[in-house]
Amino acid sequence: MLKDMMPHFDLYQPDTLEAALDLAARLGEDGWLVGGGQDSFDWLKNRTRRTSAVIDLSGIAALRGVRVRDAGIEIGALTTLTEIEDDAVIRSRYSLLASAAGRVASPQIRNAGTLGGNLCQDTRCWYYRGGVDCYRAGGNMCYADTPEGQNREHAIFNASRCVAVTPSDTANALVALDAQMVIAGRSGERVVPAAAFFVGPDIDIRRMTVIEPGEILTAVRIPATWSGAQFHFEKVADRTTWDFALVSVAAAFRMEGEVIRDARIVCGAVACVPWRVTAVERALVGATRNAATADKVAQLATGGARALNFNQFKLPLMENLIRRAIRGA
Amino acid sequence: MSDLTVDAAAEARRLSRREFIKRVIASGAVASSASFVMGGLAGCAPARRQVSGAVERLVSINVNGQLRRVDVLPQETLAMTLRYKLGLTGTKLGCDRAECGACTVMIDGTTYYACSTLTHGVRGRKVVTVEGLRGPDGELHPVQQAFVDELGPQCGFCTPGQVVAAVALLQKNPKPSREEARHAMSGNLCRCGAYDNYLNAIMRAAGNLTEIHHGA
Repeated sequence: MLKDMMPHFDLYQPDTLEAALDLAARLGEDGWLVGGGQDSFDWLKNRTRRTSAVIDLSGIAALRGVRVRDAGIEIGALTTLTEIEDDAVIRSRYSLLASAAGRVASPQIRNAGTLGGNLCQDTRCWYYRGGVDCYRAGGNMCYADTPEGQNREHAIFNASRCVAVTPSDTANALVALDAQMVIAGRSGERVVPAAAFFVGPDIDIRRMTVIEPGEILTAVRIPATWSGAQFHFEKVADRTTWDFALVSVAAAFRMEGEVIRDARIVCGAVACVPWRVTAVERALVGATRNAATADKVAQLATGGARALNFNQFKLPLMENLIRRAIRGA
Repeated sequence: MSDLTVDAAAEARRLSRREFIKRVIASGAVASSASFVMGGLAGCAPARRQVSGAVERLVSINVNGQLRRVDVLPQETLAMTLRYKLGLTGTKLGCDRAECGACTVMIDGTTYYACSTLTHGVRGRKVVTVEGLRGPDGELHPVQQAFVDELGPQCGFCTPGQVVAAVALLQKNPKPSREEARHAMSGNLCRCGAYDNYLNAIMRAAGNLTEIHHGA
C-alpha cells in the first residue's frame, strides 16, 4: 500500500457557506467537497479518483452544531459524529440517531467524520472502489453479481445492474425519523425528505444522493413527529470497530400504552438506499410490542428479496434483527 | 556532490542512522526534503502557480506548545508534516488509511488520525504528539510509565498511538471502567494483540488497580 503524498490538488478553505457555494459553482465537478475527509482521502490516496481541487468545508462554523428549530431540531451538516453521539438534546429526544452515530467506524473517525460526510459517502463495493470499469463507474458490467463475484456484503433488494449497498449508519436512522435534508445551491435552498435524498441504481447508477455538482448539504432537520418515541438501533458487522454493516436496523415505535400506533423500520446494507420495510411497519400498527408480534411479522421483511451467491445469510439476519427490534432485544 | 551532501555523509558516519535521519529532517532542510522524501513517489508537481483563493503554503502550526513555521503542500497530511518536516517520528504511519490508529495525535484535546488530517486544517489549533507528553525534565508521562510497568508494548509500533489515545481518554474521563477504556481505545489496532496489557496500563494510570487483570 502506498504511503506517500496524495496527488496534487488545489486546496480551498472557505469560512462561509456563500464562499463555498461560489467555489463549488466555479469548480463544478472538479471541486471535491470534503467534510471530515475520512473517506475522501482514501479515494485520493488510492488514485482510484483524482481531483484538481478540494473544497474543505470544515472551517464553516455556521454549518456546525445542533439547534432547536420549530418543534424539532436542525443539525448542521459539519457536526461531527462524536458531537451527535454526545449531544444532550439528540440523546433525550432522538436517541436512535445518537446510537447510530456511535456505531460508525472508530472513535478517531467519529471525531473527524461529519454527519454530512457520513450521509454523502460513496459505496463500499470493493470492485467499484478498486477502480474497475463497472456500471457505477461508467462501464457496462457488474463484477460483484457474477458466478465468481464476491458479493457477501452486497444488496438483496432493488438491485438494478449494480448490487452495491448504502454504507451509512446515520442515513437509516434519519429515514426512520422522517428527517429533511437541506441542500444549498447558488440559486437558493431546497429541502428534500431523507427517503428521497438517497438514489438507487434504478434512478441513477452513477451516484448515491440527489445532490448536484455545485450543491452542498448544509443541514438535516428532524421534525417533532418521533421525538421521545421508543427506539432500537442494531448493527451487525464482521468487526465491532471500523467496519461497515452487513445488515443494520433502525426502528422507531410511537406507542399508545402497550399498542404500537405507528412504526418505522429501516434496514441498512440490504439495498443501495436505506431500506424502509413498509410491510412490517403496516403490520405493526395496532399490535402489541412483544415477542409474539415480532415472530409473526418479521418474516414479512424479506418478501421480494433476491440473494446473490454469497449473501443468502442476509435474509435471516435481517429478519432476526427486525424481530429483536420489535421485541426490544 | 554538493558541500551539504559531503558534510552530511561525514556526519552520518558519526551518528546512528536513526539520529542522522532525524537531524537532517529537523535541520531546516525543508525545501529539499519535500522533493527528496515525497517527490519521487508521488509525482507531485513542483511549486505551482498559486490559484486565487487557494491556501498559502508557508504556515505556522502549534505542535507540542511550539509554533513551528513550515512549508506545507495543499494535499499534505499532518502525519507527513510531523514525520518528514518536523522530525517528530514518534507519530507512526501504519496503514495511512485511517484504519489502524498508529498515527493518533491530539488536536485541541481530541484524538484524530494524523494520516487523514490535512495539515492546513490544523492552523490555529493545538497539536500534541507523543513527543509532547513527556515532563519538563524529560520524565515519562504517567500513562507512559504505566505502559512500561504493565509491559504494555510488545513490538511497540502501535504504542505511540495507543499512548496518545489513552492520555486523551484520561483527560476526558479520569476514572474509566475497563469497558469504557476498551471502547475509547477501539480505534487503535495492535497486531501483537497486547490489548489486555494496554488496558491494564490504563487502569494503572487511572489508579483503578482492581481492574487490572493479569493472565491465569
